[in-house]
Amino acid sequence: MSIGSIPLRFKIELNTERCMNCGRCVENCSYDVFRKEDNKIVVNSRNCVACHRCLAFCPRDAIDIYEKPTDYRSHPVWTREIREAVFNQAKTGKIIVAGMGNVLPYPMIFDRLVLDACQVTNPSIDPLREPMELRTYIGKKPAALSVKEHKNGDTELLTKLAPNLKIETPIMIGHMSYGAISLNAQTALAKAATKMGTFMGTGEGGLHESLYPYQSHMIVQVASGRFGVDINYLERGAAIEIKIGQGAKPGIGGHLPGEKVCADVSCTRMIPEGSDAISPAPHHDIYSIEDLKQLVHSLKEATEWKKPVFVKIAAVHNSAAIAAGIARSGADAVVVDGFRGGTGAAPRVFRDHVGIPVEAAVASVDAKLRKQGIRNEVSIIASGGIRQSADIAKIICLGADAVYIGTSALVAMGCRVCGTCNRGTCAWGIATQKPELTKRLDPETNAVQVANLIHAWTDEIAELMGAAGINSIESLRGNRDRLRGYMLDEGLLQVLDVKTVGA
Amino acid sequence: MCGIIGVIDKRRQCMDGSKIREALASMDERGSGEGAGYAAYGIYPEFADSYAIHVFFDNVRENKPALIKDLEEWGRIVHCEAIPIYEAGIKKVHTPWRFFFKPDITRAQNPLTTADDIVMRLVMNVNSAHNGSLIISSGKNMGVFKAAGWPEQVANLYRIQDYKGYLWLAHNRYPTNTPGWWGGAHPFNLLDWSVVHNGEITSYGTNRRYIESYGYNCSMYTDTEVVAYLVDLLVRKHGLSENLAVRALAPPFWDEIDAMPEKERELNRALRLTYGPALMNGPFAICVATADTLVGFTDRIKLRPLVTGEYKDRLYISSEEAAIRRIEPEIEDVRMPKAGEPVIGRVIA
Repeated sequence: MSIGSIPLRFKIELNTERCMNCGRCVENCSYDVFRKEDNKIVVNSRNCVACHRCLAFCPRDAIDIYEKPTDYRSHPVWTREIREAVFNQAKTGKIIVAGMGNVLPYPMIFDRLVLDACQVTNPSIDPLREPMELRTYIGKKPAALSVKEHKNGDTELLTKLAPNLKIETPIMIGHMSYGAISLNAQTALAKAATKMGTFMGTGEGGLHESLYPYQSHMIVQVASGRFGVDINYLERGAAIEIKIGQGAKPGIGGHLPGEKVCADVSCTRMIPEGSDAISPAPHHDIYSIEDLKQLVHSLKEATEWKKPVFVKIAAVHNSAAIAAGIARSGADAVVVDGFRGGTGAAPRVFRDHVGIPVEAAVASVDAKLRKQGIRNEVSIIASGGIRQSADIAKIICLGADAVYIGTSALVAMGCRVCGTCNRGTCAWGIATQKPELTKRLDPETNAVQVANLIHAWTDEIAELMGAAGINSIESLRGNRDRLRGYMLDEGLLQVLDVKTVGA
Repeated sequence: MCGIIGVIDKRRQCMDGSKIREALASMDERGSGEGAGYAAYGIYPEFADSYAIHVFFDNVRENKPALIKDLEEWGRIVHCEAIPIYEAGIKKVHTPWRFFFKPDITRAQNPLTTADDIVMRLVMNVNSAHNGSLIISSGKNMGVFKAAGWPEQVANLYRIQDYKGYLWLAHNRYPTNTPGWWGGAHPFNLLDWSVVHNGEITSYGTNRRYIESYGYNCSMYTDTEVVAYLVDLLVRKHGLSENLAVRALAPPFWDEIDAMPEKERELNRALRLTYGPALMNGPFAICVATADTLVGFTDRIKLRPLVTGEYKDRLYISSEEAAIRRIEPEIEDVRMPKAGEPVIGRVIA
């Protein structure tokens, strides 16, 4: 063992004076950190991932968790993470797989954008006293309306509108598959989406029978593995989403470790129990944009042109041109998934190094579509790295119609962003299929929490709009004049089409 | 702040500019003496078939030959002359000029190009070049007269009482954006469309980007011009009536739409979905005029005043009842339209 053991990531301190030996930490920890010996709690800090499950259930606040208790010799190039990755790969010879989103400290564009508010010349609007409209329609819009106005005052609408999804908040819940997360977690999200009049994505794991009652609020996904896809599945969704790529791992397919493929997951996905579900990097029937067009049309044809079809791509350098191609494919919305997007499992090197931030991607996609006069052909859904209501207001100003939230919805259910979703032992019952863990997550209470979060953010967006003197979300969309960049460089200001503060 | 007034005579009986000057000056409380302007329709009957192009030159000797070259590339200049101006206590920053212009559509590559398209393109090109020429109006048998100053000064500058029109728009400005710039004064015009506006369009960033994707260039550093372009797009290019265009720009709230009978609901939903980026937000009262129509409307929650009055063949729309009474003291039928509700006057002769 030439490398030996590496320093602890987390150190648990158990305050023995406060501890009453109740054993809740032992019961709750799914990583074997705690055990009882001779009626005493014994701790193995090495196994800790800082999921905080023990801490959250300790009735006496007897547990503290410290990160990185041991220092390496500090070095600006050879950081702790870099060294530990080398140790890991020297031992295993393998690609490192990790969960959750990008962990590198890239600057956050969101945090360098500030919103506007009215003073004097344009009065702010009080959402408590005046109407404030956040209703959003996702889908294709006509470029112009054709009407026939009769002499008697009747107006006949000649244009036939394409199907659109109606949402009363610009917040939707993104695609997290059954398999990656538990059925209880999906059920909670589905209940929350239904309650809030919005939609959630199924992910690429099919649609479990028990979620059929919520199907009118679900967007079914067709990914490269085609898991769970049949006509029954397509017909149940309110919309269909073709997943080309994902912000957490652009250029590669999905990863569901076999440990998470239990009998129920295997039935829903239509794959053998216990098998790894590795969806291919490309769709094997899409090798060019015209092939995408065929798939969009096939899905529409299969569902009698009643449902909008979305196409999701990872935010990459050329997103704008790709989105313009998608807009011409007949798709109704393009989902742009930024490089901070979460995932159940992704190669670390992809998660941290491939793709671009959603802010820049959405800004360039919106600008390109406008320049080509086809912005109305698709809605833009931004996802990947939406952490708070301000992010949503900002990304809408940059051109998005709506957002998908993922990680934040999980956090609303207790997720502590410990980043070990890939291990299938999530102590919160979210990213696991172990019955003893999934039963910890009560769909009812968690649905309330997720709905609360969406409600609170929607209220905050309404307040931000009112302060900006805007009473309809259409007037916020693409309104980059209401943003200013704070300490953003000239190039980025140009891409975002935003002025600097003070200008 | 700002004060606006518009009047249309439905039988095209002309009024000279003296009364409108007086009405506008009665709203000096709403202005700051840094901008005022008038638009008048029916003033050039002898050149009624030509586009009357009003231009501000920074330097006539330098800028005029370039503009003539631009115009002659696309058609024929029937007549051109300096717009007469008089001593009015206003510092002369620009030299106003007018060209009567007939575009030649056979010179366009695209067989669908209309004379209006050619003139619109010329206006966009000249104004976005910022080369010392600024086209301030480009309609037929109409013109815009504006400058930096009080309404009465601007009226004196052009001797506005010498012009006789059946439709007038006028604006008394309290600038916040571009004080003192003649080009920043209202009315704003494109082809036959003229706009005066009191307020601020907080959705401007969205509206501008929308309209620019249809080939319009916003070059005046102010939010008002976008209204002229939006109306031009919706009415001239998309063929909506003025009524529906206003419905698209200041639509009913979803709650109201949801409560409408099905057919109306579908129409209004379609309007909002299609023209969402054209929806204008923020506090505003606006008068829009074209050759045969005057339209007034406010934002959806009426954050700026607008009153209307009718007397015999004339419809008045203004920020203040007092201004209307200055022209028509006997007027009885004075109304306050609801938020977003368009008030439309059309010529019938």
